[in-house]
Parts: sequence; structure tokens; C-alpha cells
Amino acid sequence: MKEVVVISGKGGTGKTTILAAFASLAKNKVLCDADVDAADLHLIMAPDIQERHSFESGNTAVINGDKCTQCGLCRDLCRWDAISEDFVADPIECEGCGVCVYFCPEEAIDFPVNTCGEWFISETRFGPMVHARLGIAEENSGKLVTLVRQEAKKLAEEKGLDLILTDGPPGVGCPVIASLGGASGVLIVTEPTVSGKHDMARVAQLAAHFQIPAMICVNKFDLNPQETEAIEGMAKERGVKVLGRIPFDPMFTKAMVQGLTIFEYNGASDAGRAVSEVWTKLGEE
Amino acid sequence: MMTESEKGHSSSGIIISVASGKGGTGKTTVATNLALSLGSGVQFLDCDVEEPNAHLFIQPTMEEVVGVTTPVPEVDEDKCTLCGKCGEICQFKAIVVIGETVLPFHELCHSCGGCMEVCPEKAISETGRELGVIERGHRNGLEFVHGELRIGEAMSPPLIRKVRSYARPDRVTIIDAPPGTSCPVIAAMKGADFVLLVTEPTPFGLHDLELAVGAVRVLGIPAGLVINRSDVGDDKVKAYAEKEGLPVLMEIPFDRGIAEAYSRGELMVEVMPGWRERFRGLFDRIVEIAGTEEAFS
Repeated sequence: MKEVVVISGKGGTGKTTILAAFASLAKNKVLCDADVDAADLHLIMAPDIQERHSFESGNTAVINGDKCTQCGLCRDLCRWDAISEDFVADPIECEGCGVCVYFCPEEAIDFPVNTCGEWFISETRFGPMVHARLGIAEENSGKLVTLVRQEAKKLAEEKGLDLILTDGPPGVGCPVIASLGGASGVLIVTEPTVSGKHDMARVAQLAAHFQIPAMICVNKFDLNPQETEAIEGMAKERGVKVLGRIPFDPMFTKAMVQGLTIFEYNGASDAGRAVSEVWTKLGEE
Repeated sequence: MMTESEKGHSSSGIIISVASGKGGTGKTTVATNLALSLGSGVQFLDCDVEEPNAHLFIQPTMEEVVGVTTPVPEVDEDKCTLCGKCGEICQFKAIVVIGETVLPFHELCHSCGGCMEVCPEKAISETGRELGVIERGHRNGLEFVHGELRIGEAMSPPLIRKVRSYARPDRVTIIDAPPGTSCPVIAAMKGADFVLLVTEPTPFGLHDLELAVGAVRVLGIPAGLVINRSDVGDDKVKAYAEKEGLPVLMEIPFDRGIAEAYSRGELMVEVMPGWRERFRGLFDRIVEIAGTEEAFS
């Protein structure tokens, strides 16, 4: 079984749009939305939710005012200044380390488990999909990414499907690292801008750090053909395979507004043909 | 807590955090142009430490690079009796006793100091795990600070907080926040006087805007909206903003010229006529709203 994770470093380069387009082309696959912090793939896939599970992870300190003697030990120990002068723990600041809970001489601090979000197994017109929703301002996005990827793998095994297409998060931090472990390869979708190039270099370095084979495609390449050349040159130097170029095309936005992939909207467009070529090359890897 | 006078709400001291939910909607474009439209006395803090980009547009002269570390445990094996208390208190499985040895896993450590505190033998001290670097520089009268997360480092919030610590209360401080709605974004928005949300009028833009608005509400900060590429997509973002009482402070139409200038690292306020005045107008509106409105809720 193979898992291809689509990432970008910089946000808004077209990860989800291109992954959705691949969903139109791929056979025997599970779709996985690992951008749990701002998940968008469902807006195109219109998933019919079959299973809904709550995601519990980490704990938060809650001070019981009846037992608290305001001795101040917790405030001294807390490295996040999460406990106010009147001994209320701020759930946003609390890191969930439990140090205050452990040392409180009155055992006045509860430490309930957080419900941080939900994850789902769904059916879509393109096959099964695993996705999630992290609660607002919640932590542990990396753990939720790991969870949805595990569940996607389980589902693929159960159904005898041999490919997982995973929509990854932007950046290079915790959720991205969680989206890479054990992947067969990553496709970096970038754009020909100074920031696209800068961020592509960092995320390619991250893939190399975890020894995951990386490929790139340049989206909206015609906005700056010179920068496109520079990005492709830089990719080759780093041993990142260049799969192709996709033109800037307002058709992508029109398709998105209708909740359709580019192939459902207009597969014969230049953009559609370019995505097909990238997909074919990806299949050869 | 900051007092009202420390918060400022006048042009002499205000923190404006530019955020979006969805990536690539134009946060950095808005934040850099806003900052550069204001002249001197402005601080720019790029808190998108995973993928910092503002320096590519502002092109500051860098003066200083400092490494940033976070404390992680180091065990003196001569003193350690393998009692296992450190492993018990650690919520992150970052230190465990296995057989005859104690193993700290620095990459998993959240730096709470619990293991050091609980160790009866005082066998644990702290060393540093490298989070990344902070670079500081200037361009004309603008002070520039950004963080760059080390490749392979998972935890960005401590580095973001460190970048935030450079904010000076008497300045106009513009923060470029990371995308998303989880802990790194909260670290870049908390304590700001105003959150300027940037979105695009597409289904993805709207969906992620709703999440970002949720995060702003959790923090109770006044907010306003910039709609970028305002003439592509549909009109649902505007309808949503109206329903939520979120003021639309600026619309930037799609213009291939703007997109191409961006691709080359050029600033709208420097290469396109009229935008400097428009961004100054945006700033005036922000100051007005931050000064008069109750927290957006």
C-alpha cells in the first residue's frame, strides 16, 4: 500500500484543489484530510459521514476553589503563567503538564481529559474518506493527524485499497511532521513567488530530514516563469523530482465554488490537462 | 493584565495581529503593506515561524541573530536511583526509566520542569533544545523581528512567544500570524489589541474564516476583515461578515499585476499608486475600532 502526502510549506498554493483533482483520477484509494487545523477537502468531497468519533487528548488543570488554600505553590511552579492571582487556571494557557496537579498539597486541582475535536469515516463520490475537525484553539493537532492517517491505513487494508491520498497541513511544524512519518512519498505543491520558493526549500529540507522521497509541481507557473525555472532548478539540486507545471486558471476557483473538482467542471481545460500529466508522472514514481 | 493606558489604542501604541485561518489568502501582503505604509516608529514581528516570508518583501538589514532554546532535562546518572518518579509526572512520555537506565526524549519535552522538580535525588538539571533563531533588523525607521523554526522541530509556540516578547508598548506593532486556528495562531493573537483577518471569497476562504473568527472570539479581541481577490469566487464571505457584525475594512480586487508584483517580492505600497493611502486609511479605521468598540463577541 502506498500513501502520497501533499504538502506545500506555504499555504494557499493549491494543495487541496490538486488533491481533489487527483481524487477524480485515482482508482482504489482512500482519501485522508490531515490538515485538521483548517480542513477544507470535505468542501469538495461532500462526505456522507458514516462514523463519528470524538478525539480526546491531553488534560487541562481545573482548580477547585473550595479546596484551594491559595498557598501559591502552583503559581510558582507553572511555567506558562496559566494560573491567575485569584487562582483560576486559564485553559488556553494551560499546557497540560500536570505539575500543579501533582504538587498541590490540598489535592485541589482536577485534571480532566480534553475533548479536542472529532474525526470521521465517510463515503464520498470518489470512495472512502477519513477526516477530522480540531476544536478551535485546541492543541494536539499532531496527534490528530497521526490518528486520521492510522485510520485511513486501517480502512484501506479492510477494503483492499492500495493507495492513500493525504492532504497535508501547511508549515513545517508539529502537524506537518506528523503527516510525514511512514509516507511513501510527498508531493510539494508550490507557486512561483519569492515566498513559495522560500517555503518549498524549507519543506523539502524537512522531507529530507525524515528521509521521505519528495516531488514537486509548480502551480500557477505562468505568474512568474523565471521563478518557476528557479524553483525547478533548486528542486533538482536537492534531489526533488519535478513532476510538472500547472497554469494559473480561474477555472479552479469556479470549480471550487460549485463544489467540484477541475475534472468534473472542465477536464478538457489546460489546467485539467496539466493536472493529468502531473498525476501520470506521479504514478510512474 | 495590561492596563488600558498600556494598551494604548492610539497610534502611539497598538498591537495588530494579521491572521487568516486559511493559508495563502494574503496575510503577509496585508501585514507588510500596512507596516510599510506607516513610516517610521513601527515594529514588524513575523510570527509565522514555520514559514516566515515577510523579510522577503520588507528586505530589512539584519543586525542580530540569536539562537533560541527551550529547557529539557539532563540526568546525572551517578545521582539517579532509577526510582521512576520523573517518568510518572511527565505527561508527554519525554522521560522514562527502562531497565537500568533513564532516557530523556528531548524532542517530546514540553519544558514544564516537572521531572526536575519531582526528582528526590536532585539528579536532573536542564539543558537546552534548539528551537530555532530570531533575527532582528531594520529598514528605514521600521524595526523588524522574525523567528525561524529549526527544521525538524515540532513546537512553534515557544518560539512565537519569544518573538512576541520584542513588542514594545509605545510602538505600533504589526504581527504576521501563522495560518490555522490552533496553538501557534493563538500564541500570535493573544494580547493583541486588534486582529485583522484576511480571507478570499471562496468556499475554502469562508470555511477557514469561520474557524478564525471562532478563535478570535475565544480570545475576545476586536476584529475586522480584509477581503483579498475580492472579485473572484462568490459573495458568501460578505454575507457572513455582515451577519457576524465583522466590519469589512478593505477589499483588494484580483489583479494579475498585483499577483506578479508579489511573486517578485514587491510591495503594493511601493510599486502601485494609491495603495499607500489606502493602507493608511485601513490603519486609521483599525485604531478607531480598537479604541471604541467592545471586544468582538
